[in-house]
Amino acid sequence: MTETQEGAGAAADAPGAPPVPAIELDGVVKEYLAHGEVVQAVKGVTLTIAEGEFFSLLGPSGCGKTTTMRMVAGFEEPTRGTVRLHGRDVTDVPPDRRDVNMVFQSYALFPHMNVWENVAFGLKRRKVPSGEIARRVGEMLEIVALTGREKRRPREMSGGQQQRVALARALVNRPRALLLDEPLGALDLKLRQAMQIELKRIQREVGITFVYVTHDQSEALTMSDRIAVMNDGRIEQLAGPREIYERPATAFVAGFIGTSNLLRGTVDRVESGCAVLRVGAEGRVLAAEGAHRAGEAIAVTVRPEKITISTEEPAGGLSAVRGTVSEVVYLGLYNSYAVSLADGAEVTVFQQNALDSTSTAERGDAVWLSWQPQHSYAIGS
Amino acid sequence: MSASGPRSAGRTRPRGRWTDRLLRIYVWLVLAWLFLPIAVMIVFGFNDTQSKSNVSWQGFTLKWWGRLDEYPDLVVAVRNSLLIALVSVAVTTVLGTLMGLALGRHRFRGQGATNLAMFAAISSPELVMGASLLSLFISAGVETGFATVVIAHVLFSLSFVAITVRARVVGMDASIEEAARDLGATPWTTFWRVTFPMILPGVVAGALLAFALSIDDFVITQFTSGATQTFPLWIWGATRIGMPPQVNIIGTLIFAVGVAVAVLNAVTARRRGT
Ligand SMILES: Nc1ncnc2c1ncn2[C@@H]1O[C@H](COP(=O)(O)OP(=O)(O)OP(=O)(O)O)[C@@H](O)[C@H]1O
Ligand SMILES: [Mg+2]
Repeated sequence: MTETQEGAGAAADAPGAPPVPAIELDGVVKEYLAHGEVVQAVKGVTLTIAEGEFFSLLGPSGCGKTTTMRMVAGFEEPTRGTVRLHGRDVTDVPPDRRDVNMVFQSYALFPHMNVWENVAFGLKRRKVPSGEIARRVGEMLEIVALTGREKRRPREMSGGQQQRVALARALVNRPRALLLDEPLGALDLKLRQAMQIELKRIQREVGITFVYVTHDQSEALTMSDRIAVMNDGRIEQLAGPREIYERPATAFVAGFIGTSNLLRGTVDRVESGCAVLRVGAEGRVLAAEGAHRAGEAIAVTVRPEKITISTEEPAGGLSAVRGTVSEVVYLGLYNSYAVSLADGAEVTVFQQNALDSTSTAERGDAVWLSWQPQHSYAIGS
Repeated sequence: MSASGPRSAGRTRPRGRWTDRLLRIYVWLVLAWLFLPIAVMIVFGFNDTQSKSNVSWQGFTLKWWGRLDEYPDLVVAVRNSLLIALVSVAVTTVLGTLMGLALGRHRFRGQGATNLAMFAAISSPELVMGASLLSLFISAGVETGFATVVIAHVLFSLSFVAITVRARVVGMDASIEEAARDLGATPWTTFWRVTFPMILPGVVAGALLAFALSIDDFVITQFTSGATQTFPLWIWGATRIGMPPQVNIIGTLIFAVGVAVAVLNAVTARRRGT
């Protein structure tokens, strides 16, 4: 637990004062000049990452995740906006004078140095006494389970081992934040999952802020305290994993994270804080929250596993739509149904496979789909 | 199916052995072709010749090794050659390395022109380069001698260093240097601790090439040397009256040094893992 001391020292605030965030981006824009044309890689990102948080930047390829992270590390200078680390404006500070360390997607290990020299590199630059370097490098190699491989060259090691050297090389400096750019991208699925658990354990152990870039939504959901979903240089939603999953703020987030159904309809009336949508002739969808007026056309999302399939008309308090089963796919733990609605929209439903399951719908059956009002949310278009 | 395996193996085996043997013969022929002249040079350094011309084998002797300084102008010429090589290689290595780094790492205005100029310097005939350098020096009022030879040698070997270094730089992951900066290294430290060790094999290879080009250059040196004698120029003069075995010995020594440095570079590059 000695690892946290340096990082936590300065951040220990006077009681009562709000804690100083580890990382703040304020209206950050990054423009590149490519072939005489201005390309906006990041189009105005504002976010605050708290001390000790596991924060993920999630988004499709080319959405600006790496660029955002490189501005935090100091490799790119924002065209506009400011970057603050622990309250200090570092927008113009070079990377070697920022209190953060980065783990590169390609690992970027020094090929002419062995494992020990790689890990000790940062401490030597900081003129740490050699006795302490030896102790800290030893400790760190123990944490990443590489003790006994100090003399190996990077290219004599497997991908997973190199990844851990890269992690140790950054962590040994006890940075106040660790930036990881798709650090598991080059690993196969099994090793990837093992390393996810490992990373999470290490983060708990050293207790420092992790900023994690990934385009893998399940990785972000399982590991993060909070996630910023990025698209086309902007943050679409910034929230905890559960909220991102259950209450996607935009159609993009709903589509990017897991499977989601998008239903469009017109607001019929507003009843006790619930907008009631008319969907098709008999369908009604209740959307909690949001100020909506009658006559307004909106879209709502609902996750496939929240929907119940039945042949009888469901009770009054639920959202309910009618449709015809067009496809049933057996997926072991659950069945996946594709249900076509009267207006042509297709809804995906996951239904768990209970052993005594009697209510299995067949292809061609006319069915009711129903779900609790709190499981559908109106989203921005 | 099961029978085709052994049968095809039985058929290809002798053919494989036959082509193997052919390949081995070919390799030895190429090696002989490359090294026979060098072997002759080395052997005739030990020739107990009596006449001025050292062309027929007279018996083994070590006496020439003790009389390396028999011809004072030869000693001067060799010393000049070594000095010219050392100075021009030093200048070429520094300039060529910087050029290789710039060409491999950055996009800049004039990059295409630089590449073209480098290629032109490599491919233009020595005779043309020598003659044009001479007229340049004359019209600029520069007296030809040691300095002009160094300038000329830097000129024709610069491209070789730049190209070997550029090849290293291009093959290098740029994020490795960023990692060094990220870990607290200044640009200066990053260069000496990370960039330079990684491009070092290219720098050494380029320097070796420059040394080899400089030490035995004749044509351009002839044009630009003025009164300065170099080893190749001295040999050229001596061939008319007969070449003493000392020339073979000095050639052998230069060859041995070159081989030693090349082997050292290969071995340390492998050990460094780069
Ligand atoms: N140096 C550059 N010059 C010009 N355009 C750039 C440069 N770097 C990035 N871009 C552009 O900026 C956009 C964002 O790039 P960035 O690398 O941040 O994406 P990313 O979200 O990390 O994607 P990936 O998941 O593929 O790594 C892309 O469209 C990219 O083409
Ligand atoms: Mg990226």
